[in-house]
Amino acid sequence: MTDPAKDTGYQDPPPRMGFFTDTSVCIGCKACEVACKEWNAIPEDGIALTGMSYDNTGGLGASTWRHVAFIEQRRPLAMQDPGVSHDGIDDFRWLMASDVCKHCTHAACLDVCPTGSLFRTEFGTVVVQEDICNGCGYCIPACPYGVIDQRKDDGRAWKCTLCYDRIGDGLEPACAKACPTDSIQYGPLDELRERAAQRVESLHGSGVSEARLYGADPDDGVGGTGAFFLLLDEPEVYGLPPDPVVTTRDLPSMWRHVAVAAAGLLGAAALACVTGRDR
Amino acid sequence: MAECHPVGFQWVMAAKARGAAVVHVDPRFTRTSALADIHVPLRAGSDIAFLGGLVNHVLTQEKYFREYVLAFTNAATIVSEDFQDTEDLDGLFSGLDHETRTYDFASWRYEGADVTAAAGTKGSHPTARKAARGEAHGSGGADVTAEGLRVRTDETLQHPRCVFQILRRHFARYTPEMVEQVCGVPQDTFRKVCELVTENSGRDRTTSFVYSVGWTQHTVGVQYIRTAAILQALLGNIGRPGGGILALRGHASIQGSTDIPTLFNLLPGYIPMPHAHEEQSLDTFVEAEGTGKGYWGDMRSYLVSLLKAWWGDTATADNDFCFDHLPRLTGDHGTYQTVLEQLDGRCKGYFLLGENPAVGSANARLQRLGMANLDWLVVRDFSLIESATWWKDGPEIESGELRTEDIATEVFFMPAAAHTEKSGSFTNTQRLLQWHRQAVEPAGDARSELWFAYHLGRIIRAKLAARPADERDRPVLDLTWDYPTEGAHGDPDAEAVLAEINGHDADGRPLSSYTRLAPDGSTACGCWIYCGVYADGVNQADRRRPGGEQDWVAAEWGWAWPANRRILYNRASADPEGRPWSPRKAYLSWDPERRRWVGPDVPDFQETKPPDFRPEPGAQGPDALAGTDAFIMQADGKAWLYAPAGLVDGPMPAHYEPQESPFPNLLYGQQRNPVRDIQDREVFQPSGSAVFPYVTTTYRLTEHHTAGGMSRWLPYLSELQPEMFCEVSPELARERGLSHLGWAMIVSARNVIEARVLVTDRMTPITVQGRRIHQIGLPYHWGPNGLSTGDAANELAHTSLDPNVHIQEVKALACDIRPGRRPRGPARRELVAEYRRRAGITEQTGRQM
Amino acid sequence: MTGVATGRRRRGEQPMVPEAEFASYYGRPVLNPPVWKAYDIAGYFFLGGLAGASSALAAGAELTGRHRLARNARVGALGAIGLSVAALIHDLGRPARFVNMLRVAKPTSPMSVGSWILAVYGPLAGGAAASAVTGLVPRLGTLAGLGAAVTGPAVAGYTAALICDTAVPAWHEGYREMPFVFVGSAALAAGGLGLLTTPTGETGPARSLAITGACAELTALALMRRRLGMLAEPYRTGKGGRRLRVAQALTVAGLATAALGRRDRVWSALAGGMLLAASAATRFGVFEAGMDSARDPKYTVQPQRDRLSRRSGGVAAEVGEQEVGRVR
Ligand SMILES: Nc1nc2c(c(=O)[nH]1)N[C@H]1C(S)=C(S)[C@@H](COP(=O)(O)OP(=O)(O)OC[C@H]3O[C@@H](n4cnc5c(=O)[nH]c(N)nc54)[C@H](O)[C@@H]3O)O[C@H]1N2
Ligand SMILES: Nc1nc2c(c(=O)[nH]1)N[C@H]1C(S)=C(S)[C@@H](COP(=O)(O)OP(=O)(O)OC[C@H]3O[C@@H](n4cnc5c(=O)[nH]c(N)nc54)[C@H](O)[C@@H]3O)O[C@H]1N2
Ligand code: SF4
Ligand code: SF4
Ligand code: SF4
Ligand code: SF4
Ligand code: SF4
Ligand SMILES: [Mo]
Repeated sequence: MTDPAKDTGYQDPPPRMGFFTDTSVCIGCKACEVACKEWNAIPEDGIALTGMSYDNTGGLGASTWRHVAFIEQRRPLAMQDPGVSHDGIDDFRWLMASDVCKHCTHAACLDVCPTGSLFRTEFGTVVVQEDICNGCGYCIPACPYGVIDQRKDDGRAWKCTLCYDRIGDGLEPACAKACPTDSIQYGPLDELRERAAQRVESLHGSGVSEARLYGADPDDGVGGTGAFFLLLDEPEVYGLPPDPVVTTRDLPSMWRHVAVAAAGLLGAAALACVTGRDR
Repeated sequence: MAECHPVGFQWVMAAKARGAAVVHVDPRFTRTSALADIHVPLRAGSDIAFLGGLVNHVLTQEKYFREYVLAFTNAATIVSEDFQDTEDLDGLFSGLDHETRTYDFASWRYEGADVTAAAGTKGSHPTARKAARGEAHGSGGADVTAEGLRVRTDETLQHPRCVFQILRRHFARYTPEMVEQVCGVPQDTFRKVCELVTENSGRDRTTSFVYSVGWTQHTVGVQYIRTAAILQALLGNIGRPGGGILALRGHASIQGSTDIPTLFNLLPGYIPMPHAHEEQSLDTFVEAEGTGKGYWGDMRSYLVSLLKAWWGDTATADNDFCFDHLPRLTGDHGTYQTVLEQLDGRCKGYFLLGENPAVGSANARLQRLGMANLDWLVVRDFSLIESATWWKDGPEIESGELRTEDIATEVFFMPAAAHTEKSGSFTNTQRLLQWHRQAVEPAGDARSELWFAYHLGRIIRAKLAARPADERDRPVLDLTWDYPTEGAHGDPDAEAVLAEINGHDADGRPLSSYTRLAPDGSTACGCWIYCGVYADGVNQADRRRPGGEQDWVAAEWGWAWPANRRILYNRASADPEGRPWSPRKAYLSWDPERRRWVGPDVPDFQETKPPDFRPEPGAQGPDALAGTDAFIMQADGKAWLYAPAGLVDGPMPAHYEPQESPFPNLLYGQQRNPVRDIQDREVFQPSGSAVFPYVTTTYRLTEHHTAGGMSRWLPYLSELQPEMFCEVSPELARERGLSHLGWAMIVSARNVIEARVLVTDRMTPITVQGRRIHQIGLPYHWGPNGLSTGDAANELAHTSLDPNVHIQEVKALACDIRPGRRPRGPARRELVAEYRRRAGITEQTGRQM
Repeated sequence: MTGVATGRRRRGEQPMVPEAEFASYYGRPVLNPPVWKAYDIAGYFFLGGLAGASSALAAGAELTGRHRLARNARVGALGAIGLSVAALIHDLGRPARFVNMLRVAKPTSPMSVGSWILAVYGPLAGGAAASAVTGLVPRLGTLAGLGAAVTGPAVAGYTAALICDTAVPAWHEGYREMPFVFVGSAALAAGGLGLLTTPTGETGPARSLAITGACAELTALALMRRRLGMLAEPYRTGKGGRRLRVAQALTVAGLATAALGRRDRVWSALAGGMLLAASAATRFGVFEAGMDSARDPKYTVQPQRDRLSRRSGGVAAEVGEQEVGRVR
């Protein structure tokens, strides 16, 4: 497995740490959201009813680093008998999933950050240093997951730090600590990936054929994520991109095109001066 | 459970992961349903029919655990021939006094059992009945016999008057068809539940029931739980690992506040509060309230030790250990009765120590009007809750009903210290005491309850001592009121209080168990069931040995009353001969070599009493229990399938419709619980009224806490559920023209509120009595104050109460709903008045028995 | 769910949930759209392009003895670059924050690379303009001018990489053509400035640069739209579409006016103005198109879905009901 910490140049770093979020056991209690805000002293993010089931948070942002999605569907969940029935459809399920920064193996936010405010930790996670961030906002459209965002006050960017100030002391991240059902599991990434694979198997075994992992594949567009998920439906249903790609993958090619174009401009100017007739 | 006990729900998930099937019975599809295998939506207020159907299934399909039933329940006991069932009286039991609307239990008794001994004192006294006798008997200490052995039994269970046959007849009408008609649960769904429950019960397996206020907040709340108890006893699921009926509690340590009660009619340890009967002495009281057999037989020891703890050396044998210092009951002094007393001007002062009735109590308007009629009101809370500000910005000020300048109530607000700012114990639903230590000093003027109570008492005593001696001041002046104080604010040492509760012997040595309590005044103990929590002078509640470092019972985490038992009645986990019912469910067993009960838990039984023990004729108390009398708190040592005493509304559960129901009672001619506690000054709706066609229920959200004082002032919680809403099905939305996120007003005979509309598939129409009906869901957390606001659901609720425990029926209401915002100003009351006219409501409506 | 099979009865045929072409979470964007303000950033792109191309033009003019054109272009370049940096700083909030850009040099960050290019180009453009105006140290001025001419096109071009190196679908997917759109538009602008500021005697190079620029830009845009498929929508519709249509109209009109009024100072100036406006409109158009594509989840989800199904051999991946999460 690629170790971003090593690639960044850490001498024998600790094992890469991350999250396995098993949404099949999430009870939507939002303890993760609150624990995150408490630990990181994040400001309140707006008190407004959205009507999006029980989700009044909306999505990840500068002042929401954990977000619990609620999805009501007229679809069956394996052999569950939901009891409810509408318009002759007696299928129903209520999906809940806690989203977070993916701590990508190839992190676009980090790549494009001009100030070095975003950096790769020895645990392979991606962290913003608020004292260095200059609010250029480049990381925000660079993130293929819509995670990092700008706080309107002074324009700096914020996101999940994977509790860098806790895991360094051997503590579990606040959100994982608060999660009552172990929907959020924290640990060495390779262990988590094994556990996740087994979980998917057992779910398939018990008829939950839709269970699938998201972000666990090291060969995906971002080289796999440090925080990956077990989902019960397509990623976009949860507001996640189905096939994210780290934008900087195409950067070399971009520079080549820019070079040709720039040269073209120089040539065009020269040509214009040589051939351009004034009368 | 996932909604309101998310941390506890992790164990349900753990069980699920090991293959357990989870069934969720709830009118609404909640976060719990989302993780359950089966969600059974039913009509709010119909669970006795549903559970009764299960009981009937178990009896008719012969699914009960026969050996268990014979050994440990009162199935074989023969009932007096005077008893008449609802079968005979179309929904009433024998002994009903139509005047006082109370039952005389005499005819319910076991044949041969002598209840006359207690006559006049126990139960039968109407004011006593009003004061909730049933509750006052805690673990069913109700006496059924002065002399256990005279009770007749028929081990063949054939005798027509044996409990088992009575049960069969009583529940015969609770058929799957009836369940479908009454609850709106399709027969095949119901059968599926029956199979799951019965297949998972017996020697090798156990099923547990988990309930909370979805079952209790009804005019028949206690009988809901009784039905589950009967079912579990028949299936052999009590006293065994993985079994039981788990009551999920409310506020942190609400369990503790019933053990050492904030209830008006109980003394610590479920000893009943004495009534204002003339000429009652300690002896007559104990004779009346205690039982001949079982551990309530030692009530004198518990009570005398309590009196010693309170009045110390002043309490002597000569003065009945200050028995006369105890307060006396003159009737119902519950919350709702107290409000009426306020309105009548009899109750002039009110302490609200951690309560927000202006939002949290049924018919919140009545609560506020009551407070507006006080001389003084003391509110101790974290923030300025509605109960502290109603006089300047409450709904009645807005509607013009009250004018601030006319309100004479003097309101004192005192900031309270939170649990992090003080030391103390929490007692949870498993009777487990867990100690918490102060983390920080309370900020500003905030002080702990202990501080408030102690110093208030200190000052009052000083004032009384200063004035000319007066006999009636003695109870207060004689109190042992000497606690060491600590910290910047002179907080009493909480462990000193715990030590007093635990109790000590004549030489001041901490007691280790309630079995050591003496009737002669040589021991003092503040709460007999807590005796042992401070054994060896060690705070046992403060033990923190991780589960991983001990066996699965984890007896060294905290301390569970009584005597650190983790499973009550665990004698029943072994068969009559003392062998485990099965290897899979082994827990306690009798070790013939060592001649004692052995197992991972503390035996809930005399440790050395062999299974074949038979008591001497005339034996009293614990010694009267046979080696198979597993239910040691019961007067006959048996689990009660039939309750000959202890409940004021019947020896067996019967389905009655809620106070306000759109439906007639299909099961009996009797529509409602005949002895329900109907409060004066209340306005009720007629049953089956088309003006209030929708079944409405109220409940909680994970994101908020009860009346909101602990959540609506916190931004991190308020943003998660920002305002009051109602939940309706797409079908109801269509029928009433409600739009998602639009406004709706919900109307009852009491009041009208408004809420944002959440149209959701989680609410489903069901078919009841051939009619497709809709249910409305209302979270009850909101009020006008705080960061997250809205109308209080309790404006709609009425005050018809369960007669046993006086709990309000807020789980099954009937309302109307229509689009738009509610009227402002006087128009609000006018709208309600118009609804009352349309429904033809008078003072008499809904009050008939 | 590892719950036991509860033998759930299925009531006959299950009516299918109406399927839409794509699913989303309550129609919310997958991405966090850029927080950049249009006037600052699109403006910055335009001015940077104008400056870069002008420096190139200035050098050419200088070498071909068109001194007034050279001077005006040099001064114009300095002015433009000054304003562009001002715009950038306005977006950042404080000047110090621009300096912070030079804390590190990061080849993976076009913004970092760009900052360094600006750091080199700025002084050169400044020196060139200064000497042109003051007439002092003409040799150094020429050298500086040449330096600016070489770095100028980089200034004009890197901004294309800057917006394409994001997850914004309409930008990222257009990364092959975007540099040509940008330099083309830059050339157009520089030509326009030349026409606007310089007497007809020396405007030949400006005019032909404008023409080549226009051709380059329009062809690149056309190619881009063709290749982007559904992602071209934001370039046709909405704010972006409108801006780009205005840009095209202005370009054509500007070129025509320039051609016809080639001997008339006023008409040429007018043409120059139109071309400048055209270039600006193009940048705003591209900017808005990107914003729209970031705000609507379908532009993120649909192309990725198609990519996946292409990979999995054309089998259209199963998608759910539109706005699956909606609470009915
Ligand atoms: N997050 C959170 N946790 C809490 C609290 C809180 O306010 N917030 N409060 C605490 C307190 S004080 C208590 S008492 C407990 C209460 O815990 P719960 O009893 O779980 O709380 P409720 O939501 O009031 O009621 C539970 C369910 O009963 C359902 N219900 C309504 N009527 C009926 C009925 O007739 N039959 C059946 N079977 N179900 C019905 C409701 O739809 C609701 O889903 O929670 C405690 N925990
Ligand atoms: N419609 C409807 N009504 C209901 C219910 C329902 O389900 N539906 N549920 C009922 C139930 S189960 C309950 S428990 C009640 C709850 O009703 P209440 O008890 O009236 O409401 P709470 O908000 O729990 O009030 C507790 C208050 O105590 C404060 N507090 C917390 N800790 C301390 C402390 O240490 N000291 C002091 N002095 N104050 C403290 C909190 O800030 C809060 O304001 O509501 C009941 N009413
Ligand atoms: S998810 Fe977005 S913010 Fe998080 S590391 Fe990846 S690119 Fe950066
Ligand atoms: S906003 Fe801050 S963190 Fe984001 S790229 Fe700019 S400097 Fe880096
Ligand atoms: S890891 Fe820490 S920062 Fe990240 S979401 Fe969890 S609690 Fe918040
Ligand atoms: S804490 Fe765990 S269970 Fe609760 S919402 Fe977050 S992830 Fe789900
Ligand atoms: S609030 Fe406390 S009691 Fe309630 S679930 Fe959470 S931890 Fe348990
Ligand atoms: Mo409660």
